[in-house]
Amino acid sequence: MSSILEIIGPSMIGPSSSHTLGAMRISKFAYNLVGSTPQKAIFYLHGSFQDTYIGHGTGLALIAGLCGIPTDDPRVSKANEIAKHIGFEYEFKSVDLGNVHPNTVKIVTYKDNVHHEIVGSSIGAGRIVIISIDSVECELDGEYPTLLIENKDVPGALSSIIRIISINGTNIAKLYLNRESKYLKLANTVVELDSEVPNSTIESLKMLDVVKTVMYVKPI
Amino acid sequence: MNVNSFSELVEIAEKTNVSLDKVVLHWEMLDTGEAPEKIIEETSKLLAVMEEEYKLNEGKTFKTLVGLTGTNSKKMLDHLTNALIGKTAFTAAMIAVNMAESNAAMGRIVACPTGGSSGVMPGVLLTLEKIGVERQKLVSGLIVAGAIGKIISKRASLSGAESGCQAEIGSATAMAAGAAVHATGGTPKQVANAAALSLKSLMGLVCDPVGGFVEVPCVKRNASGAVIALLFSDMAKAGVESVIPFDEVAEAMGKVGRMMPESLRETGKGGIADTPTAKMIVQKLSNRFKL
Ligand code: SF4
Repeated sequence: MSSILEIIGPSMIGPSSSHTLGAMRISKFAYNLVGSTPQKAIFYLHGSFQDTYIGHGTGLALIAGLCGIPTDDPRVSKANEIAKHIGFEYEFKSVDLGNVHPNTVKIVTYKDNVHHEIVGSSIGAGRIVIISIDSVECELDGEYPTLLIENKDVPGALSSIIRIISINGTNIAKLYLNRESKYLKLANTVVELDSEVPNSTIESLKMLDVVKTVMYVKPI
Repeated sequence: MNVNSFSELVEIAEKTNVSLDKVVLHWEMLDTGEAPEKIIEETSKLLAVMEEEYKLNEGKTFKTLVGLTGTNSKKMLDHLTNALIGKTAFTAAMIAVNMAESNAAMGRIVACPTGGSSGVMPGVLLTLEKIGVERQKLVSGLIVAGAIGKIISKRASLSGAESGCQAEIGSATAMAAGAAVHATGGTPKQVANAAALSLKSLMGLVCDPVGGFVEVPCVKRNASGAVIALLFSDMAKAGVESVIPFDEVAEAMGKVGRMMPESLRETGKGGIADTPTAKMIVQKLSNRFKL
């Protein structure tokens, strides 16, 4: 249920909540995942985003998100200059992502030889759904903290991960997983949490034998 | 509390003698768990954004994304003293256009309820502020507007892509009319009447942006929304009632929206977007604007 504040707001950079704000929030999610502005990103625009790329500022909004600019900061309209200034390289390409919402973008980020792939749709009124992170299909609205864990795909791995998260009373809202490689026995797990987790939880997760990497994604 | 109609909120306010904005705040707290003080504070911030942005933008011209608009609010400001419609109404229209042009130029706006319709509410509220209505009354008006919008979103929609422009400019106008009545001391019933009368007058309005861009007709429709809101606020306060209650009008608007063909729902394919001039403009732009 939307709150009246969502009806009479939010404050944002125009012109369109679905083509500007929504796009920016997807990109902001990617920024939070990477933890900073990546060195390079490719934005694959699907459907209407290809048409709104200039006329609705979708392109600038996407650049702004990965530059870490707040969603109601007037500098969004100069995001291309800011990107140039901080040495953030980007590219736009059109793509057909198949049967997804018309306002969908796939963002591939590159930083220090690590790349991530986020697919998100802007579903109206600034609301978004992240539908895939590093090939793990999910359904996140970006309002809650999320953990992205790369773990060994062995019996008991998931239960030990869940145990660590729950120890401090953190609730798991949603959980998604995907076998990255059957051969290497690796899996990606996306965990949406009800509330922030303490740093110590993340450290304990990293110390688990079955866990390779842990990334903490702040809410947008 | 499972309140789904505006009439219930009005009834509670009348029975308990608690002001409508307070009733809305309680309803909201039970619905979303948000504390009233917090909502007041956030609402006040949204009003502050409208105030700050207008202050920055008054008398300015804008370089909009597509360039189909951007100098109109300046022209209107220069014409203000000659306005036949009266200074107050024309100020509201001028501020509404100013905000809408800023929106089209990637300025900071308050999506109340959407980007395309973001000029209507500041047009009305900032005009009331200019003629001396206390800020705190404007905040409570904005809270009441939130309830009007929320009921519309439950019974219909606030999105042009779903229900046409009646859902954007129409809803913004109903919200602004209710806000004006409440902020200037009208009764809860008058708030409901002003919202119903406004929404009825914009019933059926299609969403037909030229090229799909939020410039034509969006910007100038904000002017009509602001003036219509003031008109029905005055009519409601004069005692004029809407024969059809607001909740039913909202429901009807949703039904009309569902009957609208896709070409009239933000696709930029019907209505004024389908005129020879619009097509010529889009043709000229298309090379520049497609990825
Ligand atoms: S015409 Fe469409 S895009 Fe423009 S304000 Fe109306 S609903 Fe919004």
